[in-house]
Amino acid sequence: MRWIQVSKTDNFPLKEGRCVTIEGEDVAVFNLGDRFLAVDNACPHRGGPLCDGIVSGDMVICPLHNYKISLETGEVKKPDVPVRVQTYETRVENGVLMIAVEMEQEIAA
Amino acid sequence: MEQLLVVGNGMAGVACVEQILKYSPDLEITVFGDETHVNYNRIMLSSVLAGEKDADEITLNGWEWYQENGIQLRLGVRIVDIDMRNRLVKGDDGSQTPFDKLLIATGSSPFIPRIEGLDKDGVLTFRNLDDTRALIERATTGVRAVVIGGGLLGLEAARGLQVRGAEVTVVHLLDSLMNVQLDDSGGQYLKSRIEQLGVRVLTGKSTKALLGNGHVEGVCFEDGETMHADLVVIAAGIRPNVELGRKAGVAVNRGIVVNDYMETSDPRVFAVGECVEHNGQVYGLVAPLLEQGKVLAATLTGNRGPQFATWTPAAKLKIMGVEVFSAGEVREKVGVDVVRYEDPSLGIYKKLLIQDHKLTGCILIGDASDSHRYMEWLRGQTDLQVRRRNLLFPEPVADKGIDVAEIPDSETVCGCMGVTKGAIIASIHANGLNTLSQLKSATRASTGCGSCTEMCQRLLKAVARDFEEEKKKVLCGCLLFSQENLREIVQSQKLKSVQEILDIYGNGVGCEICKPALSYMVDVIWCGDHQEDRSARFINDRVHANIQRDGTFSVVPRIRGGVTSPNELRRIADVADKYSVKMVKITGSQRIDLLGIKKSDLPKVWADLGMPSGQAYTKGVRMVKTCVGTEFCRYGTQDAIGTGVELERRLENLYTPHKTKMGVAGCPRNCAEATVKDIGLVGQEGSWQVVVGGAAGKSVRKADLLITVQTSEEALEAAMLFFQYYRENANYLERTYDFVERFGIEKIRKETVYGKKEEKKALLSRLQKSKLLSKDAWLERDQPVHPTQFVQIEPMEAALV
Repeated sequence: MRWIQVSKTDNFPLKEGRCVTIEGEDVAVFNLGDRFLAVDNACPHRGGPLCDGIVSGDMVICPLHNYKISLETGEVKKPDVPVRVQTYETRVENGVLMIAVEMEQEIAA
Repeated sequence: MEQLLVVGNGMAGVACVEQILKYSPDLEITVFGDETHVNYNRIMLSSVLAGEKDADEITLNGWEWYQENGIQLRLGVRIVDIDMRNRLVKGDDGSQTPFDKLLIATGSSPFIPRIEGLDKDGVLTFRNLDDTRALIERATTGVRAVVIGGGLLGLEAARGLQVRGAEVTVVHLLDSLMNVQLDDSGGQYLKSRIEQLGVRVLTGKSTKALLGNGHVEGVCFEDGETMHADLVVIAAGIRPNVELGRKAGVAVNRGIVVNDYMETSDPRVFAVGECVEHNGQVYGLVAPLLEQGKVLAATLTGNRGPQFATWTPAAKLKIMGVEVFSAGEVREKVGVDVVRYEDPSLGIYKKLLIQDHKLTGCILIGDASDSHRYMEWLRGQTDLQVRRRNLLFPEPVADKGIDVAEIPDSETVCGCMGVTKGAIIASIHANGLNTLSQLKSATRASTGCGSCTEMCQRLLKAVARDFEEEKKKVLCGCLLFSQENLREIVQSQKLKSVQEILDIYGNGVGCEICKPALSYMVDVIWCGDHQEDRSARFINDRVHANIQRDGTFSVVPRIRGGVTSPNELRRIADVADKYSVKMVKITGSQRIDLLGIKKSDLPKVWADLGMPSGQAYTKGVRMVKTCVGTEFCRYGTQDAIGTGVELERRLENLYTPHKTKMGVAGCPRNCAEATVKDIGLVGQEGSWQVVVGGAAGKSVRKADLLITVQTSEEALEAAMLFFQYYRENANYLERTYDFVERFGIEKIRKETVYGKKEEKKALLSRLQKSKLLSKDAWLERDQPVHPTQFVQIEPMEAALV
């Protein structure tokens, strides 16, 4: 696993998502006030841009068809379907948001 | 025929009469009530105060019921004396009424503590419908109210006043709220929830005097502190009304003493309800009192047999969003196990008291969803030995209908009205019931305190052929209020941001349903002078474009009245080329739609177009569709283009509950299809018809005529009046065609075009204020609300591959 410096935390407004392209993958980053959460920016349903969804607690609601997705686990909570999006670990260092990418991904790339 | 005289027209007395009637007795019944209302549900007064119910919604038995059953009803008469020798009661109106049997159901009165200055104006109690009305009248925005007493009634009164706009402080003598029903920890949990709602709570505070000259102006405490108050509500408990018992010469302790058959010490005198003492206990809650009524009805009609047994006390706080339930003996004792669960950040506190594997008491705060189960354990004295590991959380069940199936038919579901599961099922079958309100009117189940509503729903779901969930009026699960309620709250509490509303009145979190609705609400109520929170808006309203299925956006510039120019069209064509627009489409309402634009290109597209936003992506003012009117058309009778463009200018950039489409047609041929628009102007020779509530979408509806006027200016004003009225009164996502049907065009006319001059002026001035604060959303291209509003963020370090 490797940490990548993404952007200054100021660039992520409270309770909104922003899309960042990391190693070719679109990642949706959310500022929940007390923490940052990151998931793949594509709804497992029809690929809707999750970064544009409304945040409800630790969930995001896809703007296309209202799929409800947990930002903590990546699971789809509504409707009840057994699919998930990938989640990414985040941390903040010196006011900069960092996201972890898997080594496997690097090797595969 | 024997004369039965009932003193008291409250819940217990009348419920007992209902039971008596079931025996078809040979009795002539007269009921005296000192209030001037027919029998109503006193438990629901808190809901009336809080604006959740209307006063006439809580009537239990209307006039017809008394008539149909041959009952003489005398209202507004207080019985002041009893002459037992001649068997007469004397009323405060000088009347004398004979009786053979006397039923005392006088209930109780507020306990008034010793405080100086109680006679001042503005000092009220909270006990009956008149009190409630007086409180509603006085609890206007900004009024400082002090409620003395932090018990059930005091807290419900406080919240009701606060919802109506008052600044409320609850003063409680002891250190812990609801000290009769809760323990200290429970009281603390309750206190913090109540404070969270915006009600101030002072505990351990004794009130010494009420200050003021004529009208109350303040409260002085024993510790010397004082505080301002325009309104003081005394809610320090109740006392049984026993005077008539004394006058009748029957045994009286704290209440009128009765035995298991509900007989007093005199065979001609009976008593029921809060004025009664049985086995040393006086009851103030509805369920046992109705049970008393049943027993007494048997005794009184010569069917003596049923006995009243000591009842487990149970109480539920009726404040929306504050769940508090308490039952049985809640004090800890030696030999009693205490099982506890608490989560301070969720505000959940549960405590069960268990002795010899049997539940003896319980407290639930923050989550009372299991109250029914615990009540069953308490009443049934269920052996819990095998369930000890699952006391606080029910064992997970695979079969969701099992809890309904497990309950025996004889078990009471509705404790207030005494309806068993068997009776409910029988009624569902016999009457073909499918909805909760049908069940309510057929069986009266769930019409009391409402705590069994959930169980009744589940029974219906399990049994009814075509079960229908009733449309809930609440906005969503995050805040359990109707939109109408919320509008009042937002206004009276001066809430200007979505988060504030969610924190105080909801779950603090919000969802995709309530956030946009509340965003609209604060905008319209404060005429644009609110705290805008873009995170609560749908993506379309964050970037002012319509999101498409592939995540790109569509752009629709404003072309007022559908009138464009070669230059404008050239710019549109250039933009389409430059940004590789996937499709240029002329829409159904004379608009040009540029499809397939990337979010990050939006500001540049808008700048290159040099045209304002057509608001095609939002719940707002769309373009005004026009015909060519008098300018070119040989049939035209009115200037449709000029009037349409002016209408659009006056309303553009404003937001509405749902999209608002408009049309202006220059003659009755109606080429602009104005009669199927939300607002339409149809020109005629020498006049305009202003029509509203039309639709040609999922629904097709011909608009209703609002008014016919002579000049274009009058037509525009009528349209603006309706427009603002719709903005202020419709629910979010309610189109004008639903709104007009729900409100009725006559009411709308009365409150807009036929309204008083001041009312019309006020509507227009609020519209004007909103308009002044509004602006073309596409100007955010130069002044984004956040630096990354339209930006795709690039990682600082390019990842090494």
